[in-house]
Amino acid sequence: MGTLAAVPPGASAERWWSRARILVCVLAAIYLVAPLAIVLIISFSSAPFLTFPPPGFSLQWYENLMRNPMWFGSLLTSVKVLVPTAILATGMGTAAAYGLARTSFPGKAAVTGFLMAPLVVPVIIVAAGVFGVFRKFGLYGTLTGLIIAHTVLTIPYVLATVSAALAVVNRQLEDAALTLGATPWNCFRRVTLPLILPAVLSGLLFAMVISFDELVVSLFISTPIVRPVTVQMWSNIRGDVDPTIAAVATVLFLFSLCALLAEHVARRHSRATGHV
Amino acid sequence: MSRAVDNATAEVVGGPRPTEPAPPTLELKGIRKVFGPIVAVDRVDLELGKGEFVTFLGPSGSGKTTTLAMVAGLQMPTEGTMLLDGRPLDPLPPYRRNIGMVFQNYALFPHMTVARNVAFPLEMRKVPGDEIRRRVADVLDLVGLPDYGDRYPRQLSGGQQQRVALARAIVFRPPLLLMDEPLGALDKKLREQMQLEIMRLHRDLAVSVLYVTHDQEEALVMSDRIAVFNAGRIDQIGPAQELYERPATKFVSGFLGESNFFEATVTACEGELCMLEGRNGPMRAFNAAGLACGDKAVVAVRPERIHITTAASETFDNSVTGRVTDIIYLGQSRKYVVRAECGTELTVLEQSFGIRRHSIGIGEEVRLGWQGEEANALAEDMRKEAG
Amino acid sequence: MARPVRRGGYGWLIAPAVGVLLVFFAYPVFWLLLRSATDPHWGMQNFVTVFERPVYLRVLWNTVAISGMTTLFCLLIGYPLAYTMANSSERVRRLLVFVVLIPFWTSLLVRTFAWMVLLQKQGLINEVLVGIGLLERPVALIYNRLGVLVGMVQILLPFMVFPLYAVLIRIDGSFTAAAATLGATPVRNFVRVYLPLSLPGVLTGSTLVFIISLGYFITPALLGGAGDLMIAQMIERQIAHFGNWGLAGALAVLLLVLTVLLLAAMHRLVGVRTVWER
Repeated sequence: MGTLAAVPPGASAERWWSRARILVCVLAAIYLVAPLAIVLIISFSSAPFLTFPPPGFSLQWYENLMRNPMWFGSLLTSVKVLVPTAILATGMGTAAAYGLARTSFPGKAAVTGFLMAPLVVPVIIVAAGVFGVFRKFGLYGTLTGLIIAHTVLTIPYVLATVSAALAVVNRQLEDAALTLGATPWNCFRRVTLPLILPAVLSGLLFAMVISFDELVVSLFISTPIVRPVTVQMWSNIRGDVDPTIAAVATVLFLFSLCALLAEHVARRHSRATGHV
Repeated sequence: MSRAVDNATAEVVGGPRPTEPAPPTLELKGIRKVFGPIVAVDRVDLELGKGEFVTFLGPSGSGKTTTLAMVAGLQMPTEGTMLLDGRPLDPLPPYRRNIGMVFQNYALFPHMTVARNVAFPLEMRKVPGDEIRRRVADVLDLVGLPDYGDRYPRQLSGGQQQRVALARAIVFRPPLLLMDEPLGALDKKLREQMQLEIMRLHRDLAVSVLYVTHDQEEALVMSDRIAVFNAGRIDQIGPAQELYERPATKFVSGFLGESNFFEATVTACEGELCMLEGRNGPMRAFNAAGLACGDKAVVAVRPERIHITTAASETFDNSVTGRVTDIIYLGQSRKYVVRAECGTELTVLEQSFGIRRHSIGIGEEVRLGWQGEEANALAEDMRKEAG
Repeated sequence: MARPVRRGGYGWLIAPAVGVLLVFFAYPVFWLLLRSATDPHWGMQNFVTVFERPVYLRVLWNTVAISGMTTLFCLLIGYPLAYTMANSSERVRRLLVFVVLIPFWTSLLVRTFAWMVLLQKQGLINEVLVGIGLLERPVALIYNRLGVLVGMVQILLPFMVFPLYAVLIRIDGSFTAAAATLGATPVRNFVRVYLPLSLPGVLTGSTLVFIISLGYFITPALLGGAGDLMIAQMIERQIAHFGNWGLAGALAVLLLVLTVLLLAAMHRLVGVRTVWER
């Protein structure tokens, strides 16, 4: 129920408000999207500094991104971190979601709250704490450390997404499967999982994007040798800035965009075939 | 071949006999289920013979669905044991019990075609591919959906989905079929049609069926025996006619069909009948509950067993005078609401055939009468009744 | 079949996630918080320092002020946006949702960097403003409060818009219709009927934006000046530059307590489920 009932025409004050509101919306839309568009454009600039509009078109910054060992190395590290992170977070998050949805025990709400806590605690606190503790564990400046930290941050997203899908799956379908001879594992594999697959994939994508974009925690536990591309960006921004950063930013942005679109398409497809 | 089953010994009576009686398909002994302080099922005992159709009838919350869930293995009984074909059922998880189940909302897997749905239990049992195809086709034929294999559940109507659910539950030839209010979501005409379908399948497959419903008409139409559930216990179990004509408790009498109730105390016993003293004077009734002199009782009389007349000529064992307060015309019958002299309100049902010499109108004084055998003297139910 | 959840054979599935979070999340956070009272020696002196020394008080004040202003601007811009989204045709709504979602899914760093590009002295905004004659010379739009606010408002706008939208879209149009038939002018109708109905969304969105901006690090660090230091940056500085874990822990405790209190207040007033719904 979103449409407002028709207001009597001719009230000019009303029309003035309406125009103002639409103006604000248009400006807001530009405000939200324009900066990203500009970064995109600058990444193709032929000039060595961040001028807008760029004098000419060039792919040099993307080339630099690929050729420069500093940049490419960090990009590679990012990928080497986000893939295991996404897999681990999705695996553990989905298992936890299923366990929570199909069991009851006192304190379940507390456990759920605990698993969601990384979303609530300010990232800087997590980052500082993890930094202090990882040094003791010998995880500072390691790929493993980054993977673990990112997994911790992304599990809540997977949990929320998959839990929402599980809540809608008709419990009787699983009952039926059991009475028809399916072991719990078969029941999950053949009945539950196909029905929540869109949500699981969504969680996977979510985890990948978050890991790829993660900066604050990574900042604390990275070294010049082992650092994801966001940390590399950070140190460049405060040092010698060049449009390669724009290229990196564009890559990050396009990655998110693709993930967003993929999730959108997957959701549309699943709804059409009667899934959750 | 007669399939009448003797309740006490669960022997198949009549027809060619094996040397030893076959064990009943299902035995429930002292089944009890509590959820914290709530007693959902309170000591249920039952024996289901081979090929028998037993209905659990009762209002919602009476424990019938919970009992069914325990047989399926989806719930664990707090106390009691269950046997399937003579072998203990309790240690087995639901996926090893080999019992078919049909749910009220069909529970068809939305992401699989009809054929895959029906094939599912066979795949779980590692049946080879071609045999699966053959058996799925056969069973779909049986339920009247021969070419529907490639459709998805969402493309089918309610009745068709129910047939697929049935097909899926019988394709692996289980000895026992559980049905949890399967026709609840269908409209009346479709429901009646499906009732006949299910009865036909039951006959053709000779499978034992445990059926749950709250619709007494459905129970009467379909069952060999009916078990009436009241607040977690079975008040009475037996063939429909027995339950209807000789109810064991006030609850059964009121739940299955309608009854008029009189409170009375037993004054004398004469064989099968007994004399009682109630608010409207002496009464004679069938002593079904084995009451003794002095016992408090409830006398139940069905509305259709009461004769209503304005003439004083006919004599009955029991008679009551009163005034008609309401008449409800039902087409093939007429219902009279009569306020008796002693204040009790009674319902009388009269078939509309035959010629009535004199139509009875509202406000008229009438005499109601019935024979002693047509009333049942039942024990007072001390328990709080459900529903 | 209304029945409680089946026998709990699946509890162990929760264990890996809980285990990982206990060791690598709960432990580190508590470790840090504990440092506030143990570094350099047992006692509350770190907290005393924070509340006594002006430099820390300034940081606390900055944090609250910036978060407050960010929230205010997000509300001023976000409300019309959410309103339009809730009261337009399907196409416009879809478009606006997409417009708000894109930055939402984009990395913080990318968006902040975009503002760095735009707000610099030779950046687009200055160019445009000088070009159309509003300004004589380029003005400092970055490394100051303005820059921080511009960046933070854009980044946090979705957190205001989505909860607000979720509430607005459920407001029954018949309320305002009824008010109109009773003689309410459009302005009054809005102020007396619509606005109060939208209050839960306003509260949720505002609290959310405020809480998130309290703990922000990247945006103020890149877009702000020396006088715009927020608590997260101070924590980083204490650890990275001075190795003063005790003070960092104390600041962390303050930040966390404030965050949790506000969340609890929001939950009490409005209910926190709307946070998860997008």
